[in-house]
Amino acid sequence: MLQIRIHGRGGQGVVTATELLSVAAFEQGRHAQAFPSFGSERTGAPVVAFCRISDHEIRLREPILAPDVLIIQDPTLLHQVDVFQGLQPDGYVLINSQRSFHELGLADIEARFRHERLTTVPATEIALKHLGRPLPNAVLLGGFAALSGLITLDAVAHAIHAKFSGKVAAGNVAAATEAFEFVQKELQELESLTTPNTPAARSPQGGSGLSGRPIEA
Amino acid sequence: MNAAIKFYQTGTFTVGNRLLAPEQRSVQSSTERTNALNSGHRACQGCGEALGARYAIDAAMRATDNQLIAVNATGCLEVFSTPYPETSWQLPWIHSLFGNAAAVGTGVAAALKMKAVKAGLQHSRTRVVAQGGDGGTTDIGFGCLSGMFERNDDVLYICYDNEAYMNTGVQRSSATPFAARTATTMAVGPTPGAERGKGKNLPLIAMAHEIAYVATATVADLRDLEAKVEKAMSIHGARYLHILVPCPLGWGSASHDTIRLARLARETGIFPVFEAEHGEVTSVTKIRHRVPVEDYLRPQKRFAHLFGAKGHPDMLAQVQADADKNIRRFNLLDDTAEV
Amino acid sequence: MLKQIEGSQAVAQAVALCRPDVICAYPISPQTHIVEGLGELVKDGSLTPCEFINVESEFAAMSVGIGSSAAGARTYTATASQGLLFMAEAVYNASGLGLPIVMTVANRAIGAPINIWNDHSDSMSQRDCGWIQLFAESNQEALDLHIQAFKLAEELSMPVMVCMDGFILTHAYERVDMPTQAEVDAFLPPYEPRQVLDPAEPVSIGAMVGPEAFMEVRYLAHAKQLQALELIPRIADEFRQRFGRDAGGLVRGYRCEDADTIVVALGSVIGTLKDTIDEMRDQGQKIGVLGIRSFRPFPLAAVRAALQGAARVVVLEKSFSVGLGGVVSTDVRLALSGLQLHGYTVVAGLGGRSITLASLKRTLLEAIAGTLQPLTFLDLDWRIVNRQLEREAQVRRSGPIAENLLRDVGTVASKVS
Repeated sequence: MLQIRIHGRGGQGVVTATELLSVAAFEQGRHAQAFPSFGSERTGAPVVAFCRISDHEIRLREPILAPDVLIIQDPTLLHQVDVFQGLQPDGYVLINSQRSFHELGLADIEARFRHERLTTVPATEIALKHLGRPLPNAVLLGGFAALSGLITLDAVAHAIHAKFSGKVAAGNVAAATEAFEFVQKELQELESLTTPNTPAARSPQGGSGLSGRPIEA
Repeated sequence: MNAAIKFYQTGTFTVGNRLLAPEQRSVQSSTERTNALNSGHRACQGCGEALGARYAIDAAMRATDNQLIAVNATGCLEVFSTPYPETSWQLPWIHSLFGNAAAVGTGVAAALKMKAVKAGLQHSRTRVVAQGGDGGTTDIGFGCLSGMFERNDDVLYICYDNEAYMNTGVQRSSATPFAARTATTMAVGPTPGAERGKGKNLPLIAMAHEIAYVATATVADLRDLEAKVEKAMSIHGARYLHILVPCPLGWGSASHDTIRLARLARETGIFPVFEAEHGEVTSVTKIRHRVPVEDYLRPQKRFAHLFGAKGHPDMLAQVQADADKNIRRFNLLDDTAEV
Repeated sequence: MLKQIEGSQAVAQAVALCRPDVICAYPISPQTHIVEGLGELVKDGSLTPCEFINVESEFAAMSVGIGSSAAGARTYTATASQGLLFMAEAVYNASGLGLPIVMTVANRAIGAPINIWNDHSDSMSQRDCGWIQLFAESNQEALDLHIQAFKLAEELSMPVMVCMDGFILTHAYERVDMPTQAEVDAFLPPYEPRQVLDPAEPVSIGAMVGPEAFMEVRYLAHAKQLQALELIPRIADEFRQRFGRDAGGLVRGYRCEDADTIVVALGSVIGTLKDTIDEMRDQGQKIGVLGIRSFRPFPLAAVRAALQGAARVVVLEKSFSVGLGGVVSTDVRLALSGLQLHGYTVVAGLGGRSITLASLKRTLLEAIAGTLQPLTFLDLDWRIVNRQLEREAQVRRSGPIAENLLRDVGTVASKVS
């Protein structure tokens, strides 16, 4: 079972992000459960939402305490909330920021986990470009698809179209695609830096190809 | 001499009058009347509410060709009309709770509407009346009543106002008039009876909802009451009828005085009789022969403390001033009437 | 058809498939998405003919339901927590009159202190009124139970409340299989009332009943619930045959057959318990979970049959009777009277406190080891409780309790879970 935890602030579409993720997983024939940690929400307050993905029926209903994936929609949370609490050793982290992990002051985090599974993407800027609004939620899912390959960009696009329509859907898909390509490029650069003798990068894109840890039941 | 001579009917106000054309005769005078509230109920001798309910429901039955459902709040009417295992009601009738008659009426109307729609009709032929006393209407049922009004649900709500919670032993309601003695506003102390500055005027509140039809009536004017019910049933949407019904037990009046007291309530100006549509008064029943409030108050023991050696002439004057205000406000006097 | 949707939406769509004539509801968290969903279906013409009424209070909602049902319309409403209490007089009235209204209760705690999160205190407060109470483990079961509920209510002429955990189920997106209109129509025929307000055959409904007959009338309500003990499994069987899955019934056990220890629970926590049981079984513990689906009528015989082979029974409940202890456990004990086994009550999840697999496992191991107290409160922070008790012992004006505790707990917004 894959456990994803998304952190953000009220008004950034954190809950919608987990819903989209669950729909994307559904499109790929998986079981998925998405739910928020129901705080008295107000715009700007820290919000956490959860998504579980599995090939089997999901019966567990507790909050996700040991996530395999962390998506952080708002970097200002990094020093307010212990977002990395419980992150699994092989975990993925995607942070919405123009800065790198190092620049965000997270060098120690980088050291503790697998660095090819940690990255940032300027999702807000991409969202502003395609949507005219700083809503990074669907954008980040595109980035996550590239980072992990655990969900396909195609499925993300389907989920976006299921939830939104017209220009909003198109804008979100475009933004998610740009984020996907951005992260893909980042990973290729990282690959070429760390393995100078194999310039051809692995591509996590497409079909049902999975990279990284296989999904456990 | 060209002075106008006024003729007043005195003595008996009989229900039937064979000198009238058939279409002018009252519902009650007809042998065909439904007696929707049948005899055998357990109301007190001289009960104004039993009279008002019979008048109103029979009129509504005729107006709807007997296609009527009644919803009743808890109270005297409900209690004395359905002494288990009997019922006096000859139409479909439901009693749910004290404070929800208007809401239950809304539900019945919604169900009827759906049945009509399923049968390909726009409106249901069967209509709904919700009824209750002043307690169930102005106090505990107020929220549901206002909700029914604002949604404009197709219900005629009839309030039988005897100005206190009678069935539970004559306690004060927000319809209890200033100075009246009740079990919770006793005639003792420096300000005996119901206090000044409290209470609410339901007909005016109904008008504030801008519903299609609001009217007041009394059991003294049978034809007026029947006409108002008939008019109400010709309209779809939320409607409100407020009927003054003297209660001999609670008011401390003689059981033969019920109709007379209702008439005096009108003739003193204490109870304005009028109609309103969409928030504006459209007609008033003028006072025929104005009398001082004392004529109305004296026959009721609930006002006894205003009179006599230990009386309260100041309170009496206040009641008179209130009546004067009603007369001005609703323009209840003909220019040619005696003042 | 398989869908990935929010639990509330699943319920709204299932209710719509049942062709209700009148829907009246007053919004209260966490039920809002259900009535919003239904409101939209009526407004855009998908659900027709149906009258959707925005009432002014929960008391009005149940009252409108009473009028509508008595006049022969299939009627639905939904509420939670404070709303259920506000309509309590009408709730008793509906079952007293025998009107087959179906109501969703999106289980939520009752204040004070005000709390919008899940526990079962609301439904439990109405367990004696005569309404049938069914509890859903998942959103699939929630939607299935609503379809069964209309059939059950109308056959018995008694109202039914379908209880589903607020937020945990109502606001969770998960996969559900939504039946087709044709499938539901084949299962649920049009409403044929036992009593109806009809000018063609006038009846008086709601008379006062004195000492001469009141006991008999009330016994008949009980008799109907005893009939329900037969009817509920029958309807669940028919449902399984037509729709191909298990939903409802009286109780359902998981790995109970040879269990020494059985946990008893209602609602969504059964899912977490199943994962817990699997882990403990892998470690050699003979343990199972019994999910109670029908809480009223309480299936005494079925519960006894399921539990009588165990050495210990742990009732895990999201309800609490102040001054006594468990609510569900009291009923379970009745089912087990005369049997020799160890019984434990674990009150958990009040006001939405998370129930984790780790905490459940730890507690169940204590039960197996024989070190668990008869009544415990899962993950209770004794530190802040004791601080408050000390505070009260020391000074008269110790202040509002809730505010004191919250100050001790600190800011929650920064916490992850």
